Amino acid sequence: MSFKILSNQKLSENVFQMDVEAPLVARARKAGQFVIVSVDEDAGERIPLTISGANPDKGSIRLIYQRVGKATAQMAELDEGDAMGYVVGPLGQPTHIEKFGTVVCVGGGIGGAPLLPIATALKEAGNTVISILGARNQELLILEDDFRAVSDELIVLTDDGSYGRKGLVTEPLKEVCSRNPKPNFAIAIGPTIMMKFCCETTKEFSVPTQVSLNTIMVDGTGMCGGCRVEVGGETKFVCVDGPEFDGHKVNFDQMMKRMGAYKVLEQKAFDNFKDHKCRIGLKK
Amino acid sequence: MTKLSEKLQQLIEKQNAGELKAKDRYEIPAQDMPAQDGGERCSNMDEVALGYTKIQARLEAMRCLQCRNAPCIDGCPVRIRIRDFVVAIAEGKDEEALAIVKENSLLPAVCGRVCPQEVQCQEQCTVGKKFKDPEKSVSIGRLERYVADLAKADSQPPKVASPTGKKVAVIGSGPGGIVVAADVRRAGHEVTVFEAFHKPGGVLVYGIPEFRLPKSIVQEEIDVLKKMGVEIICNFIVGRTRTIKELMEEDGYDAVYVGVGAGLPKFMNIEGEHLVGVYSANEYLTRANLMKAYQFGKGAETPIAVSKNVAVLGGGNVAMDSARMAVRLGAENVYLVYRRSEKEMPARIEEVHHAKEEGVQFCTLQNPKQILGDEQGNVTGMECLKYELGEPDESGRRRPVAIEGSEFVIDVDTVIVAIGNGANPLIEQTTPGLEFNKWGNIVVDENCKTSLQAVYAGGDIVLGAATVILAMGQGRIAAAAMNRYLAE
Repeated sequence: MSFKILSNQKLSENVFQMDVEAPLVARARKAGQFVIVSVDEDAGERIPLTISGANPDKGSIRLIYQRVGKATAQMAELDEGDAMGYVVGPLGQPTHIEKFGTVVCVGGGIGGAPLLPIATALKEAGNTVISILGARNQELLILEDDFRAVSDELIVLTDDGSYGRKGLVTEPLKEVCSRNPKPNFAIAIGPTIMMKFCCETTKEFSVPTQVSLNTIMVDGTGMCGGCRVEVGGETKFVCVDGPEFDGHKVNFDQMMKRMGAYKVLEQKAFDNFKDHKCRIGLKK
Repeated sequence: MTKLSEKLQQLIEKQNAGELKAKDRYEIPAQDMPAQDGGERCSNMDEVALGYTKIQARLEAMRCLQCRNAPCIDGCPVRIRIRDFVVAIAEGKDEEALAIVKENSLLPAVCGRVCPQEVQCQEQCTVGKKFKDPEKSVSIGRLERYVADLAKADSQPPKVASPTGKKVAVIGSGPGGIVVAADVRRAGHEVTVFEAFHKPGGVLVYGIPEFRLPKSIVQEEIDVLKKMGVEIICNFIVGRTRTIKELMEEDGYDAVYVGVGAGLPKFMNIEGEHLVGVYSANEYLTRANLMKAYQFGKGAETPIAVSKNVAVLGGGNVAMDSARMAVRLGAENVYLVYRRSEKEMPARIEEVHHAKEEGVQFCTLQNPKQILGDEQGNVTGMECLKYELGEPDESGRRRPVAIEGSEFVIDVDTVIVAIGNGANPLIEQTTPGLEFNKWGNIVVDENCKTSLQAVYAGGDIVLGAATVILAMGQGRIAAAAMNRYLAE
């Protein structure tokens, strides 16, 4: 199997969108599922990425990823016609889609990417969809038009006010939850800290809230346990029990600590890579 | 060495004259396995046990009493004609010995290295019983490895019968999957092996470290399958990429073997297991073996903890592998914490010896109460309790009982939990109609057939925690049944 890259474009500083051939994954995937990819077939790092879309006819899936470390920086270097080492999946439980009534979809930064297929599926299931998209600044905002197309209402914010409302996603979330009637369901995907505060917000209003977790993983099939999180006092594996969980039960503080496990080592690898690239000249 | 060869010469003469008596055989010293120096090997990943020389192998084989009833065979899950192959080595007929081994074992180079012989064939050995010491038994495993290693260069792939037009899917490329693929392919069926990881071999590759089982040996076995015409597809997760139903109803597979191996790693369920620095053995070994984390920054991209003091929890082979891996990754102190005594440890005796030689500190009759961490969530220590042995439990081993008030803290920054695995949930989640028991293991009959038509299973997903040889044994049974089924 070859995992040929059909396109790999820059959406914003450090955010890229790749369409890659993976026909079986494109056919099998459902909203909310993810893949594990590696740029190198042999010794590359295995990184989990949520699938943001698929084209079963072309046999391709869409991955939106942020350049945060060496592996994603290597991905960003690839061009149309190149190939990924491998793409394996789809993994995880698909999102449970039903007609809830009114649903709030909150996407923070890169979290908009995995949220889009879920918002789309919720809309198709007959829900009224209110989307809240937040980013640090205008440059980092992605998929605004795509969300507008599937939402009955869209609220856009930036932390610095460079575009849309100025502020954090929790503010409009609180407003939406205060409406009468309140939303029936919420889903929040983004940085762990954002999901934590979204859940604290919706909890006050007793709005059930789903989150999608992106923990460290190796195999993605339940074998290593590196992705474990505490949900409602029980140990759960994000790869086979998730990636989506009841956000009101997730121990986010613990999860954030675990996410930092390899920070120092990864930063060093990334720095070395950037150093090396500076000398030969970055392509993108 | 010359002394050994002189000794051997005398014995050969006696043997040829038909005068080699039991007394003479008892007098031959048990041959030690040559090994890499204990200090040196701690800083490399190369294989530790180096294998018998021809002289050693022949001397060891001459220790065999050639018992008429050959009790050793009863101890072998795949019933290798042990006495006959050992006799062949004693007579200098190594090739014949290998042919005998291969009748029943497809992976002798692997089994010779990883089988727990002291609780299988060697436990039954009359010589060991005579000396009341299983370590004095004839070293059947080492002899098996000896003949298997001789064969590597000129191995001819087994003959394949003419095509039957039938297609078989083998899910998982571990020891069970390899055996099924070979046996079913021999009967002329088309075989595809599906592997979730990017490299085939299953536990032989991700779990058992290079220093115990060189990956080149596993690769050779995979290459044999390929030469036989078996197709191997990696990065394919049955249940997710395609379901068993889709494989059979849409992709044209006539039968399926499920050998997906170990699943969810077990944890202790104590305070602190979510701290950074706590690993399942599966994760630690996968990072180190499959992902080559020991070369992080030098060609490999997967990180692993840089540890100073490591505690490994458990007493099995996986615990030994983890502890010895930690030594090689540069830890200053590696503690093996086990709640029973050394006698009850399920690990192979050889692995225990090797671990000790490499400086692993055995902390028996101890068990953790909680893992301690700092503000950032990193492991800083482990609080343990001392234990004593009480009455035997249902496993026949004496039950460890905590001594109240015996708490103490050891200074560690990494904890590796090696206390076994639960079942993998993927097949259960995605295969309606397949029967599982309450632990999530697939229910099979005596032919390893599941509740679904044409679907067979074996290894860890059926047995819970199995060994390489048990998985191979089930693979053998399943393959035979599948061949019968497909011939109907």
